[in-house]
Amino acid sequence: MSAEKETPLKKVCIICAKGTIEDVYAALIMANGAVMEGIEAKLFFTFFGLDAITKKQMHKLHTGTVGNPAMRMPGGLPFPTILGMLPGVEAGVSAMMKSQMAALDIPPVDEFFELITAGGGEIYACKLAAEMFKLKKEDLSEHVKDIITVGQFYELAAGDHTQIIFT
Amino acid sequence: MAQKEFAGQMIEVNEEGYFTKPEQWNQEVAGAVAREEGLELTEKHFAVLDYLRKRHFAGEALTIRSVGKSGVVDVKDFYALFPGAPLKKATKIAGIPKPTGCI
Repeated sequence: MSAEKETPLKKVCIICAKGTIEDVYAALIMANGAVMEGIEAKLFFTFFGLDAITKKQMHKLHTGTVGNPAMRMPGGLPFPTILGMLPGVEAGVSAMMKSQMAALDIPPVDEFFELITAGGGEIYACKLAAEMFKLKKEDLSEHVKDIITVGQFYELAAGDHTQIIFT
Repeated sequence: MAQKEFAGQMIEVNEEGYFTKPEQWNQEVAGAVAREEGLELTEKHFAVLDYLRKRHFAGEALTIRSVGKSGVVDVKDFYALFPGAPLKKATKIAGIPKPTGCI
């Protein structure tokens, strides 16, 4: 793409509030993509999105198998919601998602954080949600820079040519 | 197709300045492209450029992650050597096409 570069984007602040594989990876891919392009990136995790940066949970992310009308069987047939309720199905579907992402060379969550922070991207946790889920700094990945308030998040988002993205 | 002069040689480039004939590349040309990007190349830069060219000619898709695992440079140093958008900048200086991946 050779778009006009009159006002190139300088900074993106990405908010991830959900803890499913696809929600977390959407945020990670967008943040890493920004860093790769030389765009400053701040990634802010809140509510169930905190699972992605919680040491105990970050490698156990799942895809929800109920209430997702876009979910299909391998081969494209519809995936009945009632099937998604059976024990083990969610784990199986999640394992499959992860293996398909690995096949595309998409890194695991912690390695993704490494890529993002190596390029100067910053990872933050939401103070209110961390208090709600009784999480302390030491429960979180070492890539998390700080636990911050909404006000501090908006301070980080200050400046021209900044976008806030809520995944 | 446009032509551009680097280090006294006429190089075929596309509209974004990427070489369309990687075989026209050499170290002097690379130095001239780098200066245009505001960089002075060191041995470390050339080690990365050589690696990128090898992988490109082997038909592999280049990603920052794969460069970081190459043993030539880690991700942090890659960003430090080619500040801003390292993969885009380094492939331009290496005289190979701009990578198209999202990760």
